[in-house]
Amino acid sequence: MEFAATPHKSELRKTPLNALHRRLGAKMVNFGGWDMPVEYPSSGGLIAEHKAVRAGVGVFDVSHMGDIRIRSGAKPGGALAAVQHISMNDASKLGIGQAHYSAMLYPEGTFVDDVIVHRLDEDDFLLVINAGTREKDINWVRENTKNFDCVVEDLSDAYTQLAIQGTRAVDVMKKLTDANLDGIKNYWFTHGTVFGLKNTLIARTGYTGEDGFEIYVPSAVATSERVWNQVMEAGREFGIVPCGLGCRNTLRLESKMALYGHEISDRINVWEAGLDRYCKMEKDDFIGRAALERAKAAGLKRTLIGIEMIDRGIARDEYCCCNEAGEAIGVVTSGSPSPTLGKNIALAYVPPAFSAVGTVLYVEIRGQKCKAQVVPTPFYKRPKKTAVQQVS
Amino acid sequence: MAYPKNYRYTKEHEWISVEGPLATIGITDYAQHELGDVVFVEVPKPGAKLETGKSFGTVESVKAVSEIYAPASGAVIESNGELQNTPEKINSDPHGSGWLVKMRLTNAAELNGLMDAPAYEAYIAAKSTEASA
Repeated sequence: MEFAATPHKSELRKTPLNALHRRLGAKMVNFGGWDMPVEYPSSGGLIAEHKAVRAGVGVFDVSHMGDIRIRSGAKPGGALAAVQHISMNDASKLGIGQAHYSAMLYPEGTFVDDVIVHRLDEDDFLLVINAGTREKDINWVRENTKNFDCVVEDLSDAYTQLAIQGTRAVDVMKKLTDANLDGIKNYWFTHGTVFGLKNTLIARTGYTGEDGFEIYVPSAVATSERVWNQVMEAGREFGIVPCGLGCRNTLRLESKMALYGHEISDRINVWEAGLDRYCKMEKDDFIGRAALERAKAAGLKRTLIGIEMIDRGIARDEYCCCNEAGEAIGVVTSGSPSPTLGKNIALAYVPPAFSAVGTVLYVEIRGQKCKAQVVPTPFYKRPKKTAVQQVS
Repeated sequence: MAYPKNYRYTKEHEWISVEGPLATIGITDYAQHELGDVVFVEVPKPGAKLETGKSFGTVESVKAVSEIYAPASGAVIESNGELQNTPEKINSDPHGSGWLVKMRLTNAAELNGLMDAPAYEAYIAAKSTEASA
């Protein structure tokens, strides 16, 4: 048995909560060049953390995510025009205090990165981007917005970002802030005082498929640790546990949320990834649009599907999918046991002919053809709430 | 968790316990801790031949697949069928009911090259120091 060698610590970047994670005894891994907690044995490990989010609440350090602020220059409108140019969703539809999922595309219609666009004000946007693509993204944004009247700032190191996620997340948050959270719908945000930290961004967003919030606090180590500890204290009565990137991955996979480098990349386009509803072809021109029009006319060659293993065996990232005859037809992008469903699930790219629900195909696992079938996605959808209407 | 004094250990974190010509093989407490929740185990059926240092099966956690290497050569006489439905036994009792296979040893002298419990404990202690340095 051997375990992946961890590169020398000095090569890895750390969030302000790194020392705290180590004190908690977290297992640390290299995630996109960052030294991050993958699971906390003190929380009961990955499966316990996953279930805590589905049934209660968990807290994640997601400070490795990047933050890019785009504001208008001298005249109004510059920031919106810039965001519209680099992002495929329609930011003109965003109200102040609203966010949406989107992506930045290459001229080929493939992905620079996916992104959450927040409209802070009429002329002020915050783009939250992935950790592994931070430098690439900021350079790309600067390069592609230079002809617009806007100011681009990299605020990635200014914030510690905590994700408080789960069915009881709202109960924890209500103890933490004076902001009226019942009025904050899914993918909306507000600013409020959190433990005396005034004007803290509190967004009803996340990457778990569960209700939850992401808060952005100043990145000083003492402040970050204080807020983390206060979140833990407030969540104690709801059984809150620290959660690592391990369950973040299984939670997002069950909810079919894309991960850069897996379901989306510079070789996969929007239609293949099935992200049509976040791509607004009817708005004014944006980078990638022309290629997407051509791709749509040409038709899909592969499409993202969800599969469930029928045979014993776990489909893993990059395993080959094949047909009954054993001919390769596609590839798994993310695969794992699903702690919520108790099944082995995966996302994979295959030709459209194999994409209908119920289609049987095979995953090659260590030389063995293991039977699987196409199932509806997302694999898991959270029950609709009645108290607060959830809008996606 | 204590490392049984009568077991021998590999650098790849397998253990082997010998009784006469028969041996039982499993993975160590350190290994199960590194892996996390074990969800799937694949080990050879009776009759399969193991060769020292060669991979003979896999243990999977939620997040990763790990190969298991044979601490010694021999022929499998029994594999732990319980693990098919309760792989978590590897987490809860790695040195006992979480065993993987029993086999007939080809050459018991091969075990001389393996670590005893104090040596293995020193080996993993050095690894943890390295990791937190």
